[in-house]
Amino acid sequence: MQAALDHMRQRVADAGYIADSALLTSLWLMSELNRPLLLEGDAGVGKTEVGKILAEVFERSLIRLQCYEGLDVNTAVYEWNYQRQLLAIRRQEILHEEGLSEEQLFSETYLMKRPLLQSISAAQPSVLLIDEIDRADEEFEAYLLEVLSDFQISIPELGTIEANSIPLVILTSNGTRELSDALRRRCLYHYIDYPDYDKELRIVLARLPEVGANLAAQIVAFVQKLRQQDLRKVPGVAETLDWTGALLRLDMKSLGDNPDAVVATLGCLLKTREDLDAMPQEVVHRLVSKAS
Amino acid sequence: MNPGATDLQPERQLVAQLTGFARYARAQNFNVGLQENVDSQRLAARIGVTDKRQLRQGLKALMCCSASDWERFDTMFDAYWERDQPRQNSLASIGGKAPRQSALAQSRHTGSDALFDVPDANALDAVGAGDGNMSHGGASATESITSRNFDQLQDATELRRMEELAERLARRIRQRLLRRQRIDRRGERIDMRRTARASLRYGGLPLSLSFRRRRRQTPKLVLLLDVSRSMSVYSYLFLRFARGILGAFKGADAFAFHTRLVHIGESMREPSRRKLREKMALISAGWDGGTRIDKSLEAFNRHYARNVLGSRSIVIIVSDGYDTGKPEDLRLQLQRIKRRTRRLIWLNPLLGLENYSPSTRCIMAALPLIDIFAPAHNLASLSELEQHLAGV
Repeated sequence: MQAALDHMRQRVADAGYIADSALLTSLWLMSELNRPLLLEGDAGVGKTEVGKILAEVFERSLIRLQCYEGLDVNTAVYEWNYQRQLLAIRRQEILHEEGLSEEQLFSETYLMKRPLLQSISAAQPSVLLIDEIDRADEEFEAYLLEVLSDFQISIPELGTIEANSIPLVILTSNGTRELSDALRRRCLYHYIDYPDYDKELRIVLARLPEVGANLAAQIVAFVQKLRQQDLRKVPGVAETLDWTGALLRLDMKSLGDNPDAVVATLGCLLKTREDLDAMPQEVVHRLVSKAS
Repeated sequence: MNPGATDLQPERQLVAQLTGFARYARAQNFNVGLQENVDSQRLAARIGVTDKRQLRQGLKALMCCSASDWERFDTMFDAYWERDQPRQNSLASIGGKAPRQSALAQSRHTGSDALFDVPDANALDAVGAGDGNMSHGGASATESITSRNFDQLQDATELRRMEELAERLARRIRQRLLRRQRIDRRGERIDMRRTARASLRYGGLPLSLSFRRRRRQTPKLVLLLDVSRSMSVYSYLFLRFARGILGAFKGADAFAFHTRLVHIGESMREPSRRKLREKMALISAGWDGGTRIDKSLEAFNRHYARNVLGSRSIVIIVSDGYDTGKPEDLRLQLQRIKRRTRRLIWLNPLLGLENYSPSTRCIMAALPLIDIFAPAHNLASLSELEQHLAGV
């Protein structure tokens, strides 16, 4: 088991993701127990990334289902290819062919597989990433629960489709809506917090090694300080990386060299006008001097 | 079952300990059913007894269901394993640090001061369990609300009728909305599935089109009730109204505020009247005091708005607008709420008085942001709400 974990740690690190041991344990556990993993945490802490990394680590294909309000079975599970069906009927009529029965019309040829069906009908086990499940309606959540426990999908015209392979399922949630207890109970749970200084530094260095240890340390210290301010939208790791990229373009060597550039690029970190207004130049300069 | 017994095999001992832990965790309101127990045994069998840190992390992923579980798991874990095995203190110190806690603590420091911190369920439980006097004081507060008159209404039977009316009204609002959904039969989009099926009959020509219409959803109501002293005459009516709304509308929620904000949605849903009284007694400490609308709304925005508000929510604030805060602050908070909701309604009981005009600074600042500013001094005025809600 230790060997499996170490292997996983190595593979995850190779993929450029810095995961703490708790997350690794959760990932290992979900493959071991075959249960979905529910990831929660604020926006931009790298939840979606976990799904992609997992696909890479297990060398499986990643199937992603982005949830939104009003998501229904037709976009999540399957849909008939109506245009093709209509064409087939017309073609048969014109060519006076025989025998396009209703059964044929509703066969797999005319079936468009959407992410959920794709993932369970794949020959090789895949990684199914159900992103932002909290944005979908409660009804869809209930349906999803059924699919996740039985791994079968019933299509009225075709009958029940059993899973060829059981995918690894990752669900992410931002907490825009409270998820049902049933879904929570069904899943393993992991909360991803904003990384601390050390972890964030490692992430920045792993993703953008050209930034250099000195600037990276300053950037991370600055962002960490920024997160302690009273902000409407706290910058996540994704924002830190964006900002680092922006500073790299500007050929910055140290934050202290050019505090005005910091102010100018602050839009990478703060995404609302209120937050930008709440960070006047003096405050930014003070944070810069603290960070460098 | 004795974890310290030495005559058991090591594996048997671990099984016993884990079962004990599962039971303990369940008693602490963690999600531990039979499945979790079995899984935890499987997990332990794979990890082995030696690696306590991974055991902790594995069990954490298994037994937690939410961010709050995640935060308190380590304490619970330590409490159990330290109690049973004082020798294995090391396991508590290795993996036990929850980074989340530090982040939370920070946000509390930078954010609000202690007065406006929103009490969570645990804190309330602690108050209820720990301090008998407190609960007694709260109970008498509830009583004073109960016996207070709703303007002219004096006796208890009248009051009860009032409650029933409020609840019935809330239900009627919902029914009206549902019926409208059914009458609205015009389709907006072509239903390809049905059309394709129907056109089989005409050799593939889509002669008869089927339509799909978008389902109309009931709005999600969020009530923010002012329970300060100036509102005390009306607060009981509105609490009953809130209870009716919560019972009738799926996904509705309610909050009460005076100088701080209290989440009452959960407690108000309590079906048993006696228990409801007890619960309300617990959370009604400090009611009938002053008002800080801006601070309360700020707490709402900070802690709840993200979860509670959505594109189909309607926020109803019930307050007389007598506030001690700055109008600009209130304006800012209302703007934040408005941005997240479909409609912002402000019910003002004083608006029903003949010689009243909304001229407090607070109301003046808020008026431009409010979609509907309506009186709410009696049931008739409340029933006009129905129109506002039906049109959404």
